[in-house]
Amino acid sequence: MKEEIIIAGFGGQGVLSMGKILAYAGLMHDKEVSWMPAYGPEQRGGTANVTVIISDNKISSPVLNRFDTAIILNQQSMDKFESTVKPGGILIYDPHGITHVPTRTDISIYTVRAMDAAAEMENSKAFNMVVLGAYLKVKPAVDLDGVIKGLKKSLPERHHHLIPMNEKALLKGMDIVEKLK
Amino acid sequence: MEEVSLLKGNEAIALAAIRCGADGYFGYPITPQSEIMETLMAQKPWETTGMTVLQAESEVASIYMVYGGASTGKKVMTSSSSPGVSLMQEGVSFLCGADLPCLVVNVMRGGPGLGTIQPSQSDYFQSTKGGGHGDYKLIVLAPASVQEMADFVDLAFTLSSKYRIPSMILSDGAIGQMMEKVILPPFKPRQTAEEIIEQCPWAATGKPANRKNNIISSLELDPSKMEKKNVERQERYRIVEATEVRYDEYMCEDADYLIIAFGSAARISQNAVETLREEGIKVGMLRPITLWPFPSKVISKYAEKVKSMLTVELNAGQMIEDVKLAVNGKVPVLHYGRMGGIVPNPEEIVDALKKQM
Repeated sequence: MKEEIIIAGFGGQGVLSMGKILAYAGLMHDKEVSWMPAYGPEQRGGTANVTVIISDNKISSPVLNRFDTAIILNQQSMDKFESTVKPGGILIYDPHGITHVPTRTDISIYTVRAMDAAAEMENSKAFNMVVLGAYLKVKPAVDLDGVIKGLKKSLPERHHHLIPMNEKALLKGMDIVEKLK
Repeated sequence: MEEVSLLKGNEAIALAAIRCGADGYFGYPITPQSEIMETLMAQKPWETTGMTVLQAESEVASIYMVYGGASTGKKVMTSSSSPGVSLMQEGVSFLCGADLPCLVVNVMRGGPGLGTIQPSQSDYFQSTKGGGHGDYKLIVLAPASVQEMADFVDLAFTLSSKYRIPSMILSDGAIGQMMEKVILPPFKPRQTAEEIIEQCPWAATGKPANRKNNIISSLELDPSKMEKKNVERQERYRIVEATEVRYDEYMCEDADYLIIAFGSAARISQNAVETLREEGIKVGMLRPITLWPFPSKVISKYAEKVKSMLTVELNAGQMIEDVKLAVNGKVPVLHYGRMGGIVPNPEEIVDALKKQM
């Protein structure tokens, strides 16, 4: 098993932390993992992206140009990463703020209305966990249990009371993800 | 079982420094390595091992704090990124002139000047050829994973104190910022004052009645004495070159083509080797782990076997000069690189290698 994922959106959407939790979940499943951020001023308002690899075997390059799955959260990232999904791969996006919808026909495309769901939950911070939930449903490279364990490991103790809220958001994402084609 | 952590390369360096019994860290923040001091400050090792962690007023101050600490036989270090390491070069030359062991970590970013904050390997020349003045060398280790970031801290201190040559961990923004699985080294106690006196008879540890003053200085006004000091130092360098070369070979046995790359460029190149092998092209990769001493011998051995070599570096072509010296004209040596903080993807390297076939 080898899953190469790009998560891309605006800084502040929780892109990097979503990737981190995914990497921790991989660790909980005894997989090899790498988490490679495009770091820098992007984190403060511009676009942010992170490459996460989860694999049975040792990972060579943490930097990639083709991905099994792209999770896309703004238009700039759609423009940049739609073409990088491997044929047969998966693209998940939140239609909120997307003006040019993806046109590829050789990949599976899913939408998750995470922004709306987070607003409904009255917790904008749940946004990235709703998106991650959608991913878990579509591609169970890691499972919910692994993600919860990963959350416990990556969050400091004082934030552990937030785990039930995060779990709720993950389940919401699993519930509302929709296949387009 | 040892605990597996998920850490950034920078965090691994900090935690490994505490664990290997370092006495002091002196630094000044700069992207992309600020997590080193941040992690040390959060760990508060002064409350546990007694390690000092101090944010100096500048890089120049931090390298001279290292000079001071090293003069007393303590295991001391600093870390910075390219522009900051440039500021330290006078101190590095002085440390070499005074034969002081220490560790300097450079998490490289794009240059020259202030450049960018993204990964680069354009300080190869500075690190291996002497960024400061005088005939000197640093023992330069190039980690290619977060695990090696952790492991090389103790190795760097050990080699440095064995030969009284400052050591450098030459990393880059990619290895510093990425997270990977890592098993941290076991805790080693800091050296006691008695151990330092025993192991560092040269150090300024307080003068007992039965010996002369130990004077730590790089200055010697009598040129014949200064030449002697230089000759002795060069002899030590020859021993290091003969005994401390480290490298890693990947699919080299039957290779027709050899990629030579270090650090993050080696990780990306390894992926390119996998792709090329799938296509039936016999490519191997040699990864220098010590950039000085450089693995010249093994490269000249491969010059007898392969059709050509390709160095992949995040720079305009620096290590290629050492490769060419080792190859000595026997086979063509080409370079593929990106600059200014751009990290190549594996496909670019595949294309570059195919082009030279």
